[in-house]
Amino acid sequence: MRRIYMDHSATTCVDPSVLQKMLPFFSEKYGNPNSVHAWGREVRTAIDEARASVARLLNAEPREILFTGGGSEADNLAIKGVAESLSGKGRHVITSAIEHHAVLDTVKWLGKAGFDVTVLPVDSEGRVRVEDFRAAIRPDTILATVMYANNEVGTVQPIRELGEICREKGILFHTDAVQAAGHLPLDVRDLPVDLLTMAAHKMYGPKGVGALYVRKGVRIAPLVHGGGQEFGLRSGTENTAGIVGFGAAAELAARRIANGEIDKERRLRDRLIDGVLSRIEDVLLTGHRTERLPFHASFCIRYIEGEAMLLRLDFAGIGASSGSACTSGSLEPSYVLLAMGLDHATAHGSLRLTLGKDTTEEDIDTILETLPPIVGNLRAMSPFKKNA
Amino acid sequence: MSMYNEKVIQAFMSPKNVGAMENPDGVGEVGNPRCGDVMKIYLRVRDDRIEDIRFETFGCAAAIATSSTATEMVKGRTIEEALKLTNRDVAEALGGLPPEKIHCSLLAEEGIRAAIEDYRRRRQGLPPLPPRHDAVCHHEIPETGEETRE
Ligand SMILES: Cc1ncc(COP(=O)(O)O)c(C=O)c1O
Repeated sequence: MRRIYMDHSATTCVDPSVLQKMLPFFSEKYGNPNSVHAWGREVRTAIDEARASVARLLNAEPREILFTGGGSEADNLAIKGVAESLSGKGRHVITSAIEHHAVLDTVKWLGKAGFDVTVLPVDSEGRVRVEDFRAAIRPDTILATVMYANNEVGTVQPIRELGEICREKGILFHTDAVQAAGHLPLDVRDLPVDLLTMAAHKMYGPKGVGALYVRKGVRIAPLVHGGGQEFGLRSGTENTAGIVGFGAAAELAARRIANGEIDKERRLRDRLIDGVLSRIEDVLLTGHRTERLPFHASFCIRYIEGEAMLLRLDFAGIGASSGSACTSGSLEPSYVLLAMGLDHATAHGSLRLTLGKDTTEEDIDTILETLPPIVGNLRAMSPFKKNA
Repeated sequence: MSMYNEKVIQAFMSPKNVGAMENPDGVGEVGNPRCGDVMKIYLRVRDDRIEDIRFETFGCAAAIATSSTATEMVKGRTIEEALKLTNRDVAEALGGLPPEKIHCSLLAEEGIRAAIEDYRRRRQGLPPLPPRHDAVCHHEIPETGEETRE
């Protein structure tokens, strides 16, 4: 049985070419990049190159990229770092209801620390309304943070419009682009964002390494104090293998975007979405139909529960995910789906299938053959509906 | 997602006594679609004995596994015997459930009791028992691993 991993929004494999570049940095090139000797200097050079590669992916300057211990840390650094540095100017922060917890919980934490927080609702497709956003801005607003694309439903936000409003009003704008970076072309010279979060493991790089783009001239305070690495904003001896891996992953992503591989992925995604919607009754696509991540398909399948579906799929060799309460390990189904106005029972039937660079047309066809009988079987057991 | 043992997986993958029943003698429906699990139990009773039992469940793998196992455990038993079935018996028969899934076994116990209550009401000529949808969800993780209810 061919196993089909369809959970690339959760994480991706480290590409073999990326791994090859990382390996020497464990035992061979082990110097501390902050040392002046040859051992240190060769590693410093490698970090500089990785920084340049990540910067190129965003059309940023290397000086504007700082490496962190992952996406969550970069989100924390952006939000707390701006709050700390601008608290004298104002204490109001804006975000959206469907942010990743790394943003949402950080902003809520600021709320406890004396900041005012506005959490904007989203429409049924998961988009922040531009008018709501404009209306939320106050004289004491210092920062808005809205994710580039959502991990659960794939919806891409109107980041340019939101950023332009921030420019006009003179407030800083952060976007969590963990899901988008490496998958959609991003150009920070063109895009009105001041801070942008990335994570290597969502783009065929290693886990535990992320980056924060900080536009030149934007001042933030560090979370981690110490030796002054990463321009004084993230102390600690660098995760050299991880950073080198991130650099290699950024180069791979740039090539994939330039080669049109993303468009190929988008066509496969559409084949999957159209197939699921046409082969299974009482299914809805969650998120926006077109303004969505090119590798992302997500649904709610009525009358059945997500975890049961995931286990049946897993036994059929397909790795998927869900935002049902059973899978989130909480009392409630996904707050993202609820924020989009879905009722609880429907949200419990959520199913997310996220494609990767190695997903083939045959894989999609296998999924389209495997999923309907699983749904039919579980529905036959359901008190709500007998037939798929 | 929860880590299930082999028995739970087996019961989930090949559940017994699935589906609706024509002209049942008693029906019990418990849970709440809002909470992500609803269990409906159908009974056929002859001479005070559960001759046949079926279930329909909307819920996670544990909910389906416990429905299947609980129905197997009371099939062929007298009503009095069936009323003695506890959620702990069901969880034990399955070789244990992850703590956050214990409420599923509770649902099975309640479902069977509701169906028996409905059966008794019908025998007394009372109207059928309406579905008993919980007001709140029981997804809380119990304090200690397996302790569930007195
Ligand atoms: C949108 C988004 N933001 C932040 C994160 C957190 O990234 P990390 O797991 O690298 O800390 C993730 C990934 O889980 C994500 O999808």
